[in-house]
Amino acid sequence: MPRILVCVKRVPAPGARITLTADHTAIDVKNLGFTTSPHEECAVEEAIRLVELHGGSATVLTLGPAEAEEQLRYAVSVGVTTAVHVTHPSLVGESDWDPQATAAALAEVIAGIEAADGPFDLILFGNESADAGGFQVGVRVARKLGRPIVNGIKSITLGETAVTAQRESTSGFEVYNLPLPAVLGVKEGLNLPRYPTLPGRLKSKKAPVATSTVEPVAGGLVTENFDNAAELVVQTTMLGTGEAAAPAIVDLIERLGLL
Amino acid sequence: MSEILALFEHDRGEAAETSYQSLGFARALLAAGVGTSITAVVIGAEADGLAADLAAYGANSVVRVHHRDLTDYAPEAWGEAVAELIAARAPAAVVATGTDRGNEVLAYASAIADVAFAANVTEIRSAAEAHLELTRVRWGGSLLEQSKLIASVFVLSGTAHVFDGDPTPEAVGATAALETYDAVLSETAARTRVTDRVTLSSGITLTTAAVVVSGGRGVGSADGFAPLVDLAGLLGGAVGCSRVVTNNGWRPHSDQVGQTGKRIAPELYIACGISGAIQHWVGMMASKHVLAINTDGEANMVGKAEYAVIGDLHKILPAVSAEIRRRRS
Ligand SMILES: Cc1cc2nc3c(=O)[nH]c(=O)nc-3n(C[C@H](O)[C@H](O)[C@H](O)COP(=O)(O)OP(=O)(O)OC[C@H]3O[C@@H](n4cnc5c(N)ncnc54)[C@H](O)[C@@H]3O)c2cc1C
Ligand SMILES: Nc1ncnc2c1ncn2[C@@H]1O[C@H](COP(=O)(O)O)[C@@H](O)[C@H]1O
Repeated sequence: MPRILVCVKRVPAPGARITLTADHTAIDVKNLGFTTSPHEECAVEEAIRLVELHGGSATVLTLGPAEAEEQLRYAVSVGVTTAVHVTHPSLVGESDWDPQATAAALAEVIAGIEAADGPFDLILFGNESADAGGFQVGVRVARKLGRPIVNGIKSITLGETAVTAQRESTSGFEVYNLPLPAVLGVKEGLNLPRYPTLPGRLKSKKAPVATSTVEPVAGGLVTENFDNAAELVVQTTMLGTGEAAAPAIVDLIERLGLL
Repeated sequence: MSEILALFEHDRGEAAETSYQSLGFARALLAAGVGTSITAVVIGAEADGLAADLAAYGANSVVRVHHRDLTDYAPEAWGEAVAELIAARAPAAVVATGTDRGNEVLAYASAIADVAFAANVTEIRSAAEAHLELTRVRWGGSLLEQSKLIASVFVLSGTAHVFDGDPTPEAVGATAALETYDAVLSETAARTRVTDRVTLSSGITLTTAAVVVSGGRGVGSADGFAPLVDLAGLLGGAVGCSRVVTNNGWRPHSDQVGQTGKRIAPELYIACGISGAIQHWVGMMASKHVLAINTDGEANMVGKAEYAVIGDLHKILPAVSAEIRRRRS
């Protein structure tokens, strides 16, 4: 029966605009909620579905601040079996490790879990994290574990010895067939994540979360500060109110040559 | 002399518009003082025919990478091939365009070479011996990050559509030296490869439509999309939606616009009942014209749109379709 692992990252959920701290070194999260990156929410859902289909177990792993326990418990509330939290005193608030350090830490922890409990048949990552968008942590971890990985996956069929995965291309889908154990980087749209049930939520409150700490290795990408992307300031032209505006809308469509 | 290796992406021997942008990015690096020449890297014999054209885009030489396993796209084999070139040639930098494949191949190559990788760079701010100051995008393009890349070889992807993908005037009449490199590759390199394809019927799609009628939470239900589908049909356009809509199961994810959905650039984007969250906005900000229809005049989408109508989309859209039918009959 398959053992499946999902790596998720806690990220803020900004609204209309990303507000920065005065020194531009971080996102101002004072009024923000936090979430799991959307691609990874789908990875969690997929792991649960695969376990429902084939049996086995789904484990969720995060490297992050103490508060990231919230994202682990959420994963448990929707059906993940086991939660593992890796942290370090330097992981506070929005501070983030470099992709090399993150990958080294995750690979070390995964190797530790596998040594104790047996190998994971399938490890799922998001295609990219919502905030940093480094496009590499999954690949680095897969390489360290000596396993194949393909990114951008939108469909997964798990077999006994191989996994078939589809990735979106401009004309349809590319099909990959990877021998197990394998790693996949998935994208939102893979499935429609479920919401937690009340019993699920109650269970997740009491679920044990294994915690450990690792030291960061040196990485070569050092984030210095942030800036909002330049925004065009537009003068909005009001075409009217309610259905009375319909002729003005059709005039616009006609003017643009789209009628 | 130190070279910049520029991955020239292709799909079974066919180049895309973004393929040429890695050479534009390499030229930007040269201009910033990194390296002294550009070597295009073309992986797989099926793309040999593309090599000769690349001089016009600034390539001083072209390396065609051959191996019997290098047929069709195989991320691990491509990544290993690039890592072999890094080890064999000690380039100053390795670049690609920040597409799905470009980022994937460079992630593999940098993991194997055990060096840092900066994805989706928009600007090289300054260059020194073993460190670069660069700007890259985060949050799918809504935030810029200034960072420092410290490495013996700079592995970077350039954000798609930021760098020049046109032939460069400086290279008119130039020719590039052609080389062939026979890759070694590991036994396992070919395990991650395209083994089959599913082709979807083409037609008007969200990414190609001139008009996109897009709906958000304000549409209220799956059935509520009927007037959007009707208007899109009348205009030969496509229907789009926000993430709230896909999360509610009202529309398939293939209709979703935004950071974790599609990036589109239609002539006209009609945003109906969409508040304009930054993650939605990055997916449609390249639209030529935006019309917001919203009950809330204070909605972010209304403030950012070129045109706006305040009111209930369920009243306005049927009236617009009726008006179009009236004018056409
Ligand atoms: C990491 C991350 C990635 C994300 N990626 C995406 C993405 O790819 N795409 C995306 O869309 N979102 C994405 N989101 C979600 C995003 O933050 C917003 O939650 C989402 O875009 C809001 O959708 P909405 O505008 O439909 O809903 P709301 O924000 O609830 O807005 C509904 C709007 O409808 C208006 N309205 C209500 N009734 C009517 C009516 N009858 N007529 C007219 N107007 C009406 C309201 O005034 C309001 O402005 C992402 C979030 C995160 C954290
Ligand atoms: N701190 C983290 N903890 C656990 N998984 C992570 C972490 N950072 C990144 N990942 C995983 O790696 C994927 C790629 O991240 P990135 O390279 O930052 O784009 C994400 O979608 C996650 O699945």
